[in-house]
Amino acid sequence: MPKLVGQSFKRVEDPRLITGEGQYVDDIQLPRMCYAAILRSPYPHARIKNIDTSKAEKREGVVAVITGKDILGKINPLPCAARPVPELKMPTHYALAVNKVYFVGHPIAVVVAEDRYIARDALDLIEVDYEPLPPVADPEQALRSDAPIIHEDLGTNLAFEWKIEGGDVDAAFAQAEVVVKQEFVNQRLIPVPMEPRCVVAQWDAGKQILTLWTSTQIPHLVRSLISGMLNLPETHLRVIAPDVGGGFGQKLQVYVEEALMGYLAMKLDRPVKWTETRRENFMASIHGRDQVGVMELALKRDGTILGLRYDVIADMGAYYQLLTPAIPTLTGLMLCGSYKIPAVRMTKKAVFTNKMSTDAYRGAGRPEATFLLERMMDLAAKELGIDPAEIRRKNFIQPDEFPYTTPHGITYDSGNYEAALNRALELAEYSRWRKEQEEARKQGRYIGIGISSYVEICGMGPSKAMPAGGWESATVRIEPSGKVVVLTGAHPHGQGEETSFTQIVVEELGVNPEDVMVIHGDTEAVQYGIGIFGSRGLAVGGTAVYMAAQKVKEKARKVAAFLLGVEENEVEQVDGNFISKSDPSKSVTLLQVANAAYDPKNYPTDMEPGLVATAFYEPSNFTFPSGTHVCVCEVDIETGEVKILKYVAVDDCGKVVNPMLVEGQIIGGIVQAFGQAMMERCFYDENGQLITGELTDYPIPKAHNSPKITVERIETPSPVNPLGAKGVGEAGTIGATPAFINAVCDALEPLGVKHIDMPLTPANVWKAIKQAKGS
Amino acid sequence: MRINVTVNGRQYSSDVEPRMLLVHYLRDVLGLTGTHIGCETGVCGACTVLLNGEAVKSCMLFAVQVDGQEITTIEGISQDGQLHPVQQGFWEKHGLQCGYCTPGMILASIQLLKRNPNPTEEEIRHALVGNLCRCTGYQQIVEAVQWAAQKMRGEI
Repeated sequence: MPKLVGQSFKRVEDPRLITGEGQYVDDIQLPRMCYAAILRSPYPHARIKNIDTSKAEKREGVVAVITGKDILGKINPLPCAARPVPELKMPTHYALAVNKVYFVGHPIAVVVAEDRYIARDALDLIEVDYEPLPPVADPEQALRSDAPIIHEDLGTNLAFEWKIEGGDVDAAFAQAEVVVKQEFVNQRLIPVPMEPRCVVAQWDAGKQILTLWTSTQIPHLVRSLISGMLNLPETHLRVIAPDVGGGFGQKLQVYVEEALMGYLAMKLDRPVKWTETRRENFMASIHGRDQVGVMELALKRDGTILGLRYDVIADMGAYYQLLTPAIPTLTGLMLCGSYKIPAVRMTKKAVFTNKMSTDAYRGAGRPEATFLLERMMDLAAKELGIDPAEIRRKNFIQPDEFPYTTPHGITYDSGNYEAALNRALELAEYSRWRKEQEEARKQGRYIGIGISSYVEICGMGPSKAMPAGGWESATVRIEPSGKVVVLTGAHPHGQGEETSFTQIVVEELGVNPEDVMVIHGDTEAVQYGIGIFGSRGLAVGGTAVYMAAQKVKEKARKVAAFLLGVEENEVEQVDGNFISKSDPSKSVTLLQVANAAYDPKNYPTDMEPGLVATAFYEPSNFTFPSGTHVCVCEVDIETGEVKILKYVAVDDCGKVVNPMLVEGQIIGGIVQAFGQAMMERCFYDENGQLITGELTDYPIPKAHNSPKITVERIETPSPVNPLGAKGVGEAGTIGATPAFINAVCDALEPLGVKHIDMPLTPANVWKAIKQAKGS
Repeated sequence: MRINVTVNGRQYSSDVEPRMLLVHYLRDVLGLTGTHIGCETGVCGACTVLLNGEAVKSCMLFAVQVDGQEITTIEGISQDGQLHPVQQGFWEKHGLQCGYCTPGMILASIQLLKRNPNPTEEEIRHALVGNLCRCTGYQQIVEAVQWAAQKMRGEI
């Protein structure tokens, strides 16, 4: 059997997906199914004086119409799993608005009809009498004493304050020879998975079981929370996440629509489907980022960092979704980045505004940290006249200093930051580009080089630090025929774990890849699991699979020892066979072992039949992938247009099971970061209206404008898990954004441009050039 | 209204509402759910199908507009159980992750290679500008199309 771990093994998911035979939630059609459409608020903040649904109810083909008042006491409010401080203000999040609407897109009523066209027609027949209220669109404005209060019962728009600190920050700033200070905006983004959300609910009145097919990253957590909202025993709710068309955190959620469809299916005793439109996805599925803050870095003249502080306002939106309050706290955990910073402090105010909730978007709090710190490193380098590569080298945590604990108590597992930087500079031909830059400037052309050295907190994570458990589960079951079923709680949505988990099992059990079936995403089939987010699929989910395979192998070895008539420690596994060490001519196959375990006529009396093992893996720490990215760009100062000339990424995600999948994750993530850096901004105007409400107004990277990426890896295994894996799903969005911005700011340095807020659209770059020239 | 359409070589005769989108006809009436819906505004390309051999966005057409014409969807491009070279290319080169944009991406690529059997990287990137992918960053999609082009020219 060739070794599979470490190989670019082609994906086992692909045959169904390239032939159109995948099954996404909207592909499900059930007999007697009806369709739901949702009336949403056009106002960011308004009192609902009256809702008249009578015309909609009379429309032919309409099955039911429900409003917030109809479900009071029938659907419990949506819970939030994160509580970073005990005094957190917790707004009550009803599934449908009751007296007030809090953001554009706030659900008000649901129409259920015989087809999706009639359901949408009937929305126009619902009459809502609104009393518009002054909106709070700007997070800083939300804190002013004269600001309208969004949640009147809470009496404030301040959701909570939070602080994290380590080392003596005040002393660091008192001793500083140089202090660099900059205000930064980490703009609000829309995740845009290509598959909008979709929910199908079916009630089995006989068994009293509700089945919910939903496009989610976390089927088991959906089951826990929705069963609570619907007062159903957890055993009477089955959640199925079939193929999921991308998540990026937007589907690391429990949404009110899941509870509403479940409720309607039970009430009507008919299957109900709701398919989100793209406009709804932009209005009412979570957004990401949205922090405005000031960072200060204290340094010695030689570039040694003494301390940093960051004071920030984070926009929660109108409500919390699953993890909303926890996201900006992740920024605080990673503020020291790859550097030995002896003192650090972050103070945060989290505020409510009349907007959709922010929550985990690919990177979730850590892209913000990398962006801030890596911009500061460049600003400091320029201030001190040090090469940006050199100032990073000077402050890096060294390979022999791991495990390394930051002053605020985060322990990094392993890494070699300078090796990644050196290799990235070499691949990018850094010195050559510096010369080219100099020559170009003489000709009035503006080339820039941007570096980003990042470290992320991944493999989420130890349960004590997670809102809802950080372990993962797996069952490996060898069937009587010797075929292997893997049940994983880590339900993937594009990352390819059906393939990487198959590779792990093949390696451990010596079976053929085609004999392994990975099953996930069905709470009735799979033991409780957490799901895939926080770059945890392989590092946590894969480790659980590895451990379950080990366990089942141990059982198989016991059975083999019995069959061979030798002691257990006399049995050696070679490929798929079990061999007697002392007499290698004696061997049994895995199939013979399976046969014996399931047909135990001749079998030890003290051993259980069957060949199944389950493992729950609890990680002892997070993992800390890292790397350096280098971007070279040229800016046309007449138009503000930026052209990416080269992009090099050298990443360290620990040991790798499938290099092809890793490369896909890294490149995809970098291009998503390119979207944040260059074009994306979820924009609400001062009246709280969502201006970027469709893909026509919110550009994401396309094939023709996406940069080409050169990818390489270095490898420092993680000591946290037996696979040595650190995770890779978020590396691109966490590491890449500042490389783009640093490159553009470097290009424009001779013009006096210090900093430009994202996104660097031609208009924003052009304005920054004009302003710098003007000053 | 009654329409007669050939889809993937099979003839269908159906009564449809005049306002029914082609993509809903393919998915909900014919059960061909390989064609996906990502935006309903003609931006994302997830619903791309071939209409008389030309790539079109099936959310931008009514079913009644294709009366008497021929449609090919992702379910209709493999022949006798043999994957189309573009499908093979996407599998070989990791041209997909979540798979949602993939059917549309494959059909747009088939149209490109019909018009231009030896496209440059830039030509491939421009030909796919109407199809959005949020997972791959497009690089491996470009490689998949290059692989397919070579295969179709008999070089692999």
